Amino acid sequence: MMMEISASRRFVNGFMLTLSGICTLLAVSVLFFILGYLTIHGAASLNWDFFTKLPKPTGETGGGMANAIVGSGKVLLLATLIGVPIGFLAGVYLAEYSGKTFAFLIRYVVDLLNGVPSIVIGIVAYALVVRSMKHYSTLAGGVALGIMMIPIAVRTTEEFLRAVPNSLREGAVALGATQAKAIFSVVVPAAISGLTSGMMLNLARVAGETAPLIFTALGNQFWSNGWLAPTATLPVMIYNYALDPAEDLHKQAWAAGFVLLTLVLFINVTARLIIARGPAAQRR
Amino acid sequence: MAATSYIAETLNRRTSRGFFARLRGGDEISYLVTLACAVSILVVVGLIVFELWANSLATFKTFGFGFLKNSVWDPNADVYGGLPFIYGTCVTAFLGLALAVPLGVGAAIFLAELAPPKLSNILTFLIELLAAVPSVIYGLLGIFILVPAMKEYLVPALKKAFGYLPIFEGTFYGLSFLSAGLILSVMVVPFIISVSREVLLAVPVEQREAALALGATKWETTWDIVLPNASTGIFGSVFLALARALGETMAVTMVIGNTPKISASLLSPGYSIAAVIANEFAEANGDLYISSLIFMALVLFGLTIVINAMARIFIIMTTQRKGA
Repeated sequence: MMMEISASRRFVNGFMLTLSGICTLLAVSVLFFILGYLTIHGAASLNWDFFTKLPKPTGETGGGMANAIVGSGKVLLLATLIGVPIGFLAGVYLAEYSGKTFAFLIRYVVDLLNGVPSIVIGIVAYALVVRSMKHYSTLAGGVALGIMMIPIAVRTTEEFLRAVPNSLREGAVALGATQAKAIFSVVVPAAISGLTSGMMLNLARVAGETAPLIFTALGNQFWSNGWLAPTATLPVMIYNYALDPAEDLHKQAWAAGFVLLTLVLFINVTARLIIARGPAAQRR
Repeated sequence: MAATSYIAETLNRRTSRGFFARLRGGDEISYLVTLACAVSILVVVGLIVFELWANSLATFKTFGFGFLKNSVWDPNADVYGGLPFIYGTCVTAFLGLALAVPLGVGAAIFLAELAPPKLSNILTFLIELLAAVPSVIYGLLGIFILVPAMKEYLVPALKKAFGYLPIFEGTFYGLSFLSAGLILSVMVVPFIISVSREVLLAVPVEQREAALALGATKWETTWDIVLPNASTGIFGSVFLALARALGETMAVTMVIGNTPKISASLLSPGYSIAAVIANEFAEANGDLYISSLIFMALVLFGLTIVINAMARIFIIMTTQRKGA
């Protein structure tokens, strides 16, 4: 005999389940709001000058953010050169070499580093680089973002190397390869698509970071020469222009926001699609 | 398949004599290099702690722990107190969480328990994209879209309904604790959703089947069986979100109003630790001024480290129980 479910229980069931659906809808709709507003305001203010011209002096309209785009590129290149090798090799250590206790310690510290607010990392980069060199620089910004890239680089590397089946390692060693040879010419190449997309996600994450750049890379109205001069960056420009009373700068801020968001989301979508179709996902 | 050719290549190299000795060396070198990189992360974290501590010593010597209880922030008189910033950081973070936790857990329940796997994956993908949006973009939308909308619709409605409460007292100028809290809630929701969803999915299917077999409705199963099972992990996700909200800088700086005042009303402007550092650090002159800002960074660092550590423990506790 079937047990009857009372009307009130059925109502609560339907009501709460609908509510959870509404929560999801609300959360997802925020993404479309963001995309919508940035496209409306940003794309409208975007023009060729934005990519090719320097910012105009205060009071004049027009101009662009060419120097900030190049500046962001330089800072991100430095960050990648610092964060990715350290994170990757540490990840290799965790996945391939380490024992239990020490690995647990490293993993825990990596997670903590991942949780350190970006502004605090900025202060440390200031104390380490800006203070000792006595001036703001692209280098200091790169160091700040590079430290921020380490944790995700470690975790990505470890995760994707662990997803490589042990038979590959055993096969390599059985054929006479040393462990190092097995790791770097068999295991790492087998995980390479996951590793690259993970690093791309990592780069996209720091590409939008503003707080650690405010007092490391600072800003610059002009082109920044070399790596030791202050430089303009896209996120800091958005911040400064958005808070400026001048109406024309708000348009520039929207345009910069649109460019930054497009870039970050494009990298995210591409990298996630690669991961979703990669060999690691199929084994799960 | 790619791996096969590498094995073949390794086999070829292996046959050449003299190479073997170098490979042995390579083995040790690669071990030492990777170990050095792993250790360097410990060094980096150590360096962070040391730099924060060494550079804020002057403030600690001058004000002691009284710094945390003093609410006067006057760079002109060289007097510094951290209370307004600590207050603002906590108020905005808790406000953000109060709004984000129900929404996030609700959405996680939908994604883990109700939605068909395909739909759930697509929605989770979108939520993860949301987490990737840079915080300065949230700030931009905050000042130009959210704050005007709050002025127009939300705050008049709130004042009409709850105007007698002290938290909704006073005039609303736009930049306020409430705006910062709202932005924070939107920013941390994706984190709560994705971690909570993982944790809910880790609850064994048998538990659900048993409850349903006993005649429980879908919701009763979720609420009475699945959620209690996953509660530790969900707490973990909430703590993770809290740590993020406390340390969030740009979006908060752009909408909180940057006024070092303690006020019970959520409609009045305030300040947060991260915001004051972002605003004043580059222009700060005077050793005590800089040292006070760094001392606040140290406080923020300590706070987020403790909260993160707790979150990790919670999450490890639930996800590892599955394997046991």
